[in-house]
Parts: sequence; C-alpha cells; structure tokens
Amino acid sequence: MDAENLVKMANQIGEFFASFPDRAEALDGIAGHLRKFWAPSMRAALLARLDAGADIGLSDIVGEALRTHRERLA
Amino acid sequence: MTTISERDYGTPARRSDTLVTLEIDGMTVSVPVGTSLMRAAAEAGVMVPKLCATDSLEPFGSCRLCLVEIEGRKGFPASCTTPAAAGMVVRTQSERLQQLRRGVMELYISDHPLDCLTCSANGDCELQTQAGVVGLREVRYGIREGANHLDAVKDESNPYFSYDPAKCIVCNRCVRACEETQGTFALTVSGRGFDSRIAAGQDEPFMQSECVSCGACVQACPTATLQEKSVAARGLPEHSAITTCAYCGVGCSFKAEMKGSEVVRMTPWKDGGANEGHSCVKGRFAWGYATHKDRITRPMIRAKITDPWREVSWDEAIAHAASEFRRIQGAYGRDSIGGITSSRCTNEETYLVQKLVRAAFGNNNVDTCARVCHSPTGYGLGQSYGTSAGTQTFKSIEQCDVVMVIGANPSDAHPVFASRMKKRLREGARLIVVDPRAIDLVDAPHVRADYHLALRPGTNVAMISALAHVIVTEGLVDEAYVAERCDAKSYAQWREFVARPENSPEALAAETGVPAELVRGAARLYATGGNAAIYYGLGVTEHAQGSTMVMGIANLAMCTGNVGREGVGVNPLRGQNNVQGSCDMGSFPHEFPGYRHVSDSTVRASFEAHWGVELQAEPGLRIPNMFEAALAGSFKGLYCQGEDIVQSDPNTRHVAAALTAMECIVVQDLFLNETAKYAHVFLPGSSFLEKDGTFTNAERRISLVRRVMPPLGGLADWEATCRLSQALGYPMDYAHPSEIMDEIAALTPTFSGVSFARLEQHGSLQWPCNDAAPLGTPIMHVDGFVRGKGRFLITQYVPSTEKVTRKYPLLLTTGRILSQYNVGAQTRRTPNNQWHGEDVLEIHAHDAEERGIRDGDWVGIESRAGDTVLRARLSARMQPGVVYTTFHFPESGANVITTDNSDWATNCPEYKVTAVQVARVLQPSSWQQAHRRFSEEQAELLNHGR
Repeated sequence: MDAENLVKMANQIGEFFASFPDRAEALDGIAGHLRKFWAPSMRAALLARLDAGADIGLSDIVGEALRTHRERLA
Repeated sequence: MTTISERDYGTPARRSDTLVTLEIDGMTVSVPVGTSLMRAAAEAGVMVPKLCATDSLEPFGSCRLCLVEIEGRKGFPASCTTPAAAGMVVRTQSERLQQLRRGVMELYISDHPLDCLTCSANGDCELQTQAGVVGLREVRYGIREGANHLDAVKDESNPYFSYDPAKCIVCNRCVRACEETQGTFALTVSGRGFDSRIAAGQDEPFMQSECVSCGACVQACPTATLQEKSVAARGLPEHSAITTCAYCGVGCSFKAEMKGSEVVRMTPWKDGGANEGHSCVKGRFAWGYATHKDRITRPMIRAKITDPWREVSWDEAIAHAASEFRRIQGAYGRDSIGGITSSRCTNEETYLVQKLVRAAFGNNNVDTCARVCHSPTGYGLGQSYGTSAGTQTFKSIEQCDVVMVIGANPSDAHPVFASRMKKRLREGARLIVVDPRAIDLVDAPHVRADYHLALRPGTNVAMISALAHVIVTEGLVDEAYVAERCDAKSYAQWREFVARPENSPEALAAETGVPAELVRGAARLYATGGNAAIYYGLGVTEHAQGSTMVMGIANLAMCTGNVGREGVGVNPLRGQNNVQGSCDMGSFPHEFPGYRHVSDSTVRASFEAHWGVELQAEPGLRIPNMFEAALAGSFKGLYCQGEDIVQSDPNTRHVAAALTAMECIVVQDLFLNETAKYAHVFLPGSSFLEKDGTFTNAERRISLVRRVMPPLGGLADWEATCRLSQALGYPMDYAHPSEIMDEIAALTPTFSGVSFARLEQHGSLQWPCNDAAPLGTPIMHVDGFVRGKGRFLITQYVPSTEKVTRKYPLLLTTGRILSQYNVGAQTRRTPNNQWHGEDVLEIHAHDAEERGIRDGDWVGIESRAGDTVLRARLSARMQPGVVYTTFHFPESGANVITTDNSDWATNCPEYKVTAVQVARVLQPSSWQQAHRRFSEEQAELLNHGR
C-alpha cells in the first residue's frame, strides 16, 4: 500500500474528528474509524509509517490517536 | 399465460375520511367525498363509456360519451366531472343515453380511418371498444365526404413512437398527461374547433420539440394516434409479467408485454408504489440493449490480455477461474483476491457474491459500486440516525410544503420522481435548490425555485453550516422535538459550533460564493415553511467531505423537527436501481447484510452457523484499496460482477494500471465493457429480463424482478456465482432466487418478513419488514430514531485540496443526462443516442469567450490527473468558473481527468471537484488516441476467438 496515500487518508479522518470539543473523544473516534473501516494490512502499514519516526506527514491528532490506541489498531 | 389487464376507473381516487352514499343503477355505493360519478360507478362494477377520461388524469369532460341521468336534475351531466353526492340516484343506461352516446360516437368515427383490421392498435383501442359498447352500427355522415383529417401527415421523428394525427380524436389525454403526469408541457392543442390538432412544441416534429419521450402521452392515448413502433412492428403482446426497471434508483414497476420470449413493449405499472404508472425514456423504451448484437453469450478465457479470447464451455470457464483464484491465493495469500458486487444486479445476486467472497475466498475483500456514489449516505445517516437509508416514500412528497434539493438533478437522473416532485411544486410547495448549476428545476414550466443557492463546487459543508447558523441564531430550532428525540450533549456541542460567527452566511459567503441574504432566506423558509424535505444526490456525496455533508443534512432535518412523518425527511436519490439493495446485502467489506459489522461476534456466529465456515472478523479492502494493493503487488485476483470500474471509477489510468498488475480478472457482464478489456475470464451476464430476483429502490422498497426470457448466455448471474463457488469447493445449492431471499430473511432482522410469496401478495415491501412491521416501514424514525436519540455531529468545513490555480483555473463537475444511464453500456446500445450521442463539455459563455471557444469546438480539458478532448457546448446553466460533463461514453475519458481524492470516511471519489484548464484543440488527447488503439486491439482479440 502507498504509505503516502494512507497518511493522507488518515489525516483527512483526523480533520473530521479534530473539531470534537472533547479531545479524548476525538482520539477515540479516529482510532475507532480506522479499526472499523481499514483492513489490517492498511493499519499495519500506517503504524509502520508511524514507527519510522521521521517526518512522516501525519497530523498531530492522528499521531496522538495512533499512539494512544495502538493496541486496538494492531 | 395471459396479458395482465389494469382496470381504469376513469378518474383519480380521492382521499377523504368522509364518505358519501348514493345509488347507481339500483346499487348503493359509498365513496370518499370528491369522487366522480364515473369512478363511483366503476368501483361498483359499472363501467360508464368514456374516451377522454382515464384514472391517471384529472377529469376533463370533453368527449361527452360518459353522460348519465341524475334524478331531479335536468340534462345529462358528464359522469367524469360530476362529483358524487349523498342521496343521488344515478342511471348510467337508458334509451336516451344510448342515443346520445351513439350520436357522439358517430361523429368521432366520421373523421377516423376505418382501417381497424390493419391498425396497430387493433384489439387494444379504446375508440374501437367504446364504439362496440355504445352499439354503433352506422355512420350517416360518410367517410371522406366532408372535411376530415384522414390525410394528415404522420410524425415518425421519435425513434420509439409515432404520432398519426389522422387517428386523433383530440381527447386531450396526451396533452394532460404531458402536463399533469410528466410536467413538461411539451404538447398542446393547436387550432380551434374542427381544426384542433395535437402539436408538439411550436408545432414541430416530436424530436425537435421539448418532449422528453417519457411515454406518458403514448400511455394515455386511447387510439393508435400515439403508438409504440415496437407494437406497430410486432403486433400486440400475448402475455405479460410485472417486473422492476433496471435503470435508476426510482425503481419503477413495469409490465413487460411479451410475444413468446420477445419483449413487445414495457408499460409503466399503475400499482407500482414508486412510479404509480409513470415512466421515463429509459425504462419505458430503452430496453433493446437486452438483445443487442454486442451481447456476449459464450464464456471466454485467455491467459494474458494481449491474447485472443477463446470461447469455452461454462464448465471450463468456471474451472479456470476457480483454479486461478486458488493458485493466486496459494502464491500470494488468502487476502490477495476479492470481489465487486453490482448495483445493477439483484439483491440475491449481490448477496451471493459477498457470500462467495467471505465464505469461499475466505476474506472480506468485497465492495460494491456504491463505494463511488452513496457510501457517504450509508455512513452519514448511520452515524446520525442509526440506519443507512432514506427516511421516506416517494409518495411523501405529496405532503411536503418546502422541498430542498441539494446536489441532485432529478429531472435527468430520477425523472419519474422529478415528475412527482414537480406536480407538488405546481400545487404550491416552495423550492430551494442548492447546486452549482442552474438545473432544470430552477426554472421549469410552472416551477420556479424560490431560492437557488448556486454555490461553488466543494463548499457544501460551508453552506450547510451557514444554513444551520441561521436556524440556530434566529431561534428557529424546534426545541421541543430536539429535547424529546435527540441526544442532548451532541446537540449542545453542535449548537455552539454552528452559532459561531465564522459559520454565519456572511462569513462563509466568500467560500460559497452565495450572497448571505439568499442563504438566510432559504434557511428561514426551510425552518418555518411547514413540512420540509431534503432530497439529495451525488452532488452531496461525491466530495472529500461527502460524509460530513450527509451528517450536516441530517442535523438540519433534526433541528427543525423534519424527520419521522409524512412530507419531511432526508431522502438520498440513489443512482442505480439497486444501490440501496447492494448496500443492504452486505456488499461493503466491513459489514454483513443488514449493516452489521464483521467484528460483531454474535452476528458473525450466526452467519458462520448458517454458512458452515469460519469467517473473518476484520474489514477487507475497499475498491480503491484493492487498486492500491494491486499496484503494491499484494492483490492479484478480482471477480467483478456487473460493474465497469475502468469507465466509472476516477483516475482511469490509475485504475487501468491496477488491473494490469493483476493476474486473474473475472468479469461477468452483458458486454465486453472497458473493464473486460483487462479481463482473463469473461462470464456472460444476464439482463433483468432474464432472471428472477428483487431490487430495492431509494425508498427501501423491495420489488420483484421477473424472468420473461431465458438467459441468453444460458445461466442467470446467480447461477454462475453458485457454479464458481462450487468450483472453489464451497457448494451453494439454490433451486431458485426465492431460496436465497429466504436465507437473507433468516439472517437479517430487517428483512425477516420478506419472501417472494409476500412480495407477490403485497406488490412490494419497504424494509424494515419483520414481526414488528409485517407490512414494511414506509416512513422511518416515526416514534424515535433507530439509534435511540438522534445524534448531532459537528460539521467543520475543510476546503478541498483540489483548488483552482493559474494552471487549472476552472472547476469541473460531472454528472448524468436524461437519455443515458451511468457508463452507458445499456443506453448507448439503444436509439437513446439520438438525444445524446456524445459527452460534451458545458461551459459558461464568459469562460468560453476568454478562451476563444465557440459552441461546438473541440476543447482539451486538462487536470493534474490527465487530459481529454470533448466538444464544447455553451450553457447558461453553468456559472462562470465551473464546467460540466457526463461520463456516458468511454471514449470521452471523463474519468481520465478526475482525481483520486476521496471522502474522508468512505473513500467515495471527489468526482464533483476537479481543477482543470480548457483550451481549443484540433485533435483527440493522447489518452483518447491510445484508448482507441487499445479498444481496436481488444475488438480484434474478441473477433479472433469467436
């Protein structure tokens, strides 16, 4: 899977949930969406991208959601 | 088998709780107030002679054949225009009445050709029938002895029907049908008295007039004046069956009228819940594709797409496909293959394909074409209301006071519903149109939008927030409704959000391009105008914020209390006939039939028990994910039933590259479509005329599809899927699609009350249909939302990344036109091409002039994804800065230009926003030239093997 595209898609998801007043609810929403709709291979590729650690292009809120809910997404 | 006849009650039914009782020919009859004497008599079994009356049209009272006698009244009133009254004593037969009727009929026949034996309507002519009923035995005035119209010239311009004025009795039924039923007002009566004749447009041939060829006039004509050419050519049918149209999401019921296994004509079924006897040019006339010479009726295989096709037996094709799928899974893993279901196939067929993927492939890599149209509807309405479907019946429009149409063009894409909508608008309902283009509804005959919010493409969410801002800040929220029915916390959060100054119409006008006062006026009208209903289409969903916009629409309806009763609601106008059904049937990779997630262990266990296999608990790949995975080398095999992803999906070159990277593509279709040119196995598909099953329309209405001819390829689509599954080692044993529906009902709570027997009994059923609602559910969320409390969701506007620049200064949107359907595979193979023979680029005169473009010029359209060439059409429907085209012809390459941007929640493509530049050119684009060469090569490979 094209990691750049996965990052772009994840950031779009983050933009929707970023407007939630409750940060924890937003992070849960992002993780829940990825868990519910992304195939395991896509989630794994995104997490691998996160683990690469360099400038991966993920928005702050998506990065935080991935780190906070990593176990659910693995 | 016999032909199914429909009883004509002469005038429409009236709705009233008050009944009046009267006596007709000695019988006591009770009818609702307002019912005509003609209808009251018909309901008592007494058929009063008539010619100008038919129960689809308001009474007119011109033919003077339906005269009756009423005790205590002088004269002979027309029964069609005389309302029944309490205590009336009516006689429909007497010596005097018979004399009068014979006299009237004698005058009609004196100017009518006496060619009954050779007339195409012989045996199906009301004039002929009524002449017999009134006992006409002579015509004293002589034929051709006086003035007459017998030499009037026939109009054969329409490809589907002829107009023969010599046979016209000027009953006005066609004119009234065009006005009342269709709402086009293309027909009129020209001349006066004896010179009166029906005229199309400005007394032009039908094809040159504004006639849309819906067939309402032909349906209404009591003679052979307006006659289907197919009937003239083949004669009258000898048997018929009720079935469901295979075109748009309206899902019209039709009577397929047959001679053996040959269709003679399709006539709209009066008792059809979706269409109530009306039709459009596609469903009524454009069915000839089913027997077109391009149909491929033998299975074919080839090793590489550069090899010639080889015709083989079904057994060999199926065995080859199964062997390839298993080989690929052995080499690349279980998840390396998948399937795509079709919204053009039946519920039973889509159910079987997703079952095959989940149970036989052993993964959840199944998706459907709804991915690229209404997947945001499923997601958005599911989040807000708890169910992934529209809330109303089409009939609900009759109770609507304010219609808001957002991103839809029903006159072209859902024409039969558009006619029902326009009828209500002519009765006085108000209209708000939210669309970048001035669609037909904005200014149609006797219909004019109160507000046209001509927003810039891509700014829907800004617009919906601005509308909500006005409603919230001006105190127009239905607070009692919200308090009782909606989630308080989400409402408070949403209310605070939309009330912010940055969401005001004034603040967002720079984004939307719509003056704030128009937005304020529209919001006030929607919130205070009575029953308000929103109808929306792909102009809502096919955006990067498609799902957000659907939730915004749901918010707007909830906050004004416009969900849960007749005349209101949120109504997605589904594109293809079975989009709703294909979604209902578990075609998405994350959910089983009935919208239940694959991770739900209870649900999964029920399917595992029934199907006898272990199922995966993780979501599979969506269509665009499949393409990505194919390009990455992990997805190698695809079973594609009834879809043409190469033509319909965005960024054509990306799709083609993905398909080229796969090792086995199995296409099941009627024709060698664009996708089949990349396929290795071709399985002949079956048209809707060749199989039994059900379709579910945009109202959640499940209707039967009936087989009227044998499958030309030997197998119905569901049978081919069963064979493939069997070859994969997972037997599926069904003797008939009704058994598949029984399985669906057993496993899906919202369908538990559905069976073919009950559909036969009730005509159609709207889901949920179960013990709680044995007759189905016409209106959703009546006593509360399916999810419990309705949920408000914050709809922050995020501008599209697809922005205009100096290089790409215009925004392209794509859509449909009335005479063509989707990728055009069906309609392009009919005379509908006479209305639309090529896709064109609609452009505003200002943009054209800036570029030196004249109407009819060839223009290149270039985006960052690709470029193509179309003919330009200067159009007042466009706003400056926005251009538009359709995608009905593959050589147009409309989706070569569209990008792979997509909705954040569902990956529905952002078809409606593509930044482009347009310039005059002299030759086709490089893609078009390559496409032509590739298509010619594929045609040669096809011919070589046949």
